[in-house]
Amino acid sequence: MPEEGHRAYRMTEGTHERQTLTRRLAKCPTGIKGLDEITLGGLPKGRPTLVCGSAGCGKTLLGMEFIVRGAQLGEPGVCMTFEERIDDVIENVASLGFDLPQLMAEKKLRLDHVQLDRSQIEETGEYDLEGLFVRLGYAIDAIGAKRVLLDTIEALFAGLSNTPILRAELSRLFNWLKDKGVTTIVTGEQGEGQLTRHGLEEYVSDCVILLDHRVSETVFTRRLRVVKYRGSIHGTNDYPFLIDEHGISVLPITSLDLQHSVSHERISTGVPRLDTMLGGAGYYRGSSILVSGTAGTGKTTLAAQFVNAACSRSERCLFFGFEESLSQITRNMRSVGIDLAPWVQAGLLQYYGTRPTAYGLEMHLVKMHKLIEDFQPSVVIMDPVTSFLSSGTSNEVKSMLTRLIDFLKSRQVTAFLTTLTFQVEHLEQTDVHVSSLIDTWLVLRDLESGGERNRGLMVLKSRGMAHSNQIREFLLTSNGIELQDVYLGPAGVLTGSARLAQEAQEEAAELRQRYEIEQKRRQSEHKRKILEAQIAALQADLAVEEAELQQLTSQEERRQARQQLERAAMAQRRRADTLGASELSEDTMHTGVLP
Amino acid sequence: MSDTPQTVSDPLSEPADDTKSWNMRLYVAGQTPKSLRALVNLKQICEEHLAGKYHIEIIDLLENPQLASDDQILAIPTLIRKLPEPIRKIIGDLSNTERVLVGLGLYPRT
Repeated sequence: MPEEGHRAYRMTEGTHERQTLTRRLAKCPTGIKGLDEITLGGLPKGRPTLVCGSAGCGKTLLGMEFIVRGAQLGEPGVCMTFEERIDDVIENVASLGFDLPQLMAEKKLRLDHVQLDRSQIEETGEYDLEGLFVRLGYAIDAIGAKRVLLDTIEALFAGLSNTPILRAELSRLFNWLKDKGVTTIVTGEQGEGQLTRHGLEEYVSDCVILLDHRVSETVFTRRLRVVKYRGSIHGTNDYPFLIDEHGISVLPITSLDLQHSVSHERISTGVPRLDTMLGGAGYYRGSSILVSGTAGTGKTTLAAQFVNAACSRSERCLFFGFEESLSQITRNMRSVGIDLAPWVQAGLLQYYGTRPTAYGLEMHLVKMHKLIEDFQPSVVIMDPVTSFLSSGTSNEVKSMLTRLIDFLKSRQVTAFLTTLTFQVEHLEQTDVHVSSLIDTWLVLRDLESGGERNRGLMVLKSRGMAHSNQIREFLLTSNGIELQDVYLGPAGVLTGSARLAQEAQEEAAELRQRYEIEQKRRQSEHKRKILEAQIAALQADLAVEEAELQQLTSQEERRQARQQLERAAMAQRRRADTLGASELSEDTMHTGVLP
Repeated sequence: MSDTPQTVSDPLSEPADDTKSWNMRLYVAGQTPKSLRALVNLKQICEEHLAGKYHIEIIDLLENPQLASDDQILAIPTLIRKLPEPIRKIIGDLSNTERVLVGLGLYPRT
């Protein structure tokens, strides 16, 4: 055992030293989802790879898929089975959608079953396995095979007793396969204390893949690990994998690097006023959106509204529901005026309702990964992610969600997650600690006042856009979601009927004011009229005065003229200075005549 | 020993005769020492135990490779007793006479 550890240590050291060789080593893409990512391109080309694991771990399937994908990629393959009969092999992989007879007819595949029955064979001296070489060589040459699967070649050890001969022949076989330049998968049953029962790893030293299945907490998970890959770096983790009707999918669960390109395109939230709050245009395409809130705040409805908007744009949505079934969610959303059923029928919306406890987190991740790959949606909803906490710790959930969000971002899929907040006092904190991964975070909260519970929505953060910092009241109407302004009163925000009351109050106040102004206007008009009347009266007085003055002035003049005339007449009568008097009198007479 | 190479290269070393009750095939892949040894051993055993009632057919898989999978041949040399039935398979250079006799059914298993 300590030797094992030592070997493992040296191996990891070696991988670092050999990084420079990566480019030089030719690789053969397996065509198996995820495996090529882990091995950075595939299996070593023209060399044998050992796939080992316990019974039922999927060795044969992996090998068969390698051969079938090869045939589809233009690399014919030979499959030599030592355990299963040809008919059984054909039948077994038919469930994965592989049509072996068709491939055989197209000369892309050859199957050969090696029958070995120890009881029927008498060993009578020295022999070799040249017959196997001839068979294999003939099959390879017949179709120009580039790939070979030897499915549990270790069966030879059960069928033949001369182990030294077998070992020598196996060693010769693998060298021969290398010389042939075929990429080979050799499967081997896991042995005790070593990778295979008969130590095949001694002969196949280029690449070793270990398959495993375990049950932890009653959850079954298949895992794959690249134990060794000579001359290449490779992912070293245990990767979960899945066998379903489309074959094997391995999930590279290491987080991707942060190099995904981002979109500048904006997509509507489905709620016009929410679009306005988010810089007037909604979410960024390919961003991650988190909606958190306590129970019954409308998270699912907000998600459904978003789905509705996306489907209306003919975009595909994948909805993972962990609490409700499709029919339940359809019914509930219909009550707020959102009809999801037509989208499901149109194939734009796919709904997957599973209980989080149905499988382990890794399996969930693999399944979701696969569904996303298959359906190619542009929007993915997960409602609510906090349900995962029932099948893992919050760290595990965080790690899983990180990988999922990274994966979605790399494909520019918009992720819409909801989380259920349990503690009302920590609204700005999620129980799954994913806030740092989130681009746009909406918080839905209960606003309790005046004996009412109302819903409020605010944008806690939204990367890369100017967003509203106001709390809006969030109404679920029969026409979907509506956002309303909330009133800030002396006692805090006002919502619901308090808001309505405030609205009414404000309206009344406004009416009153308008009335007052009108009254004031009328009053001043009245006053103006009075003043005008007064001015007219005064002007009339003035006119009278002026007329009187005129009259007096003319009377005075006439009086003076008469006085002068009288004075002149008097002087005449007195015989005053004639000269002066005559002059004066003429003057005076003229003056007197003038007015 | 001197005449064996010719015999091996000839698929029908003995004239076909339906009356012979022992029909055997020896599969080889080229003239390797093991194959030659097997043929010598086989002839010796047959002459000793089945004189006059046996027929040996030699098949070189290098010439007829498709027969390898048709007849389920893995080890070389392989001797197949086709008749009398049931078919029996004996592998190796037939140097262990006792085991060959057991394999051919001429000697009871111990």
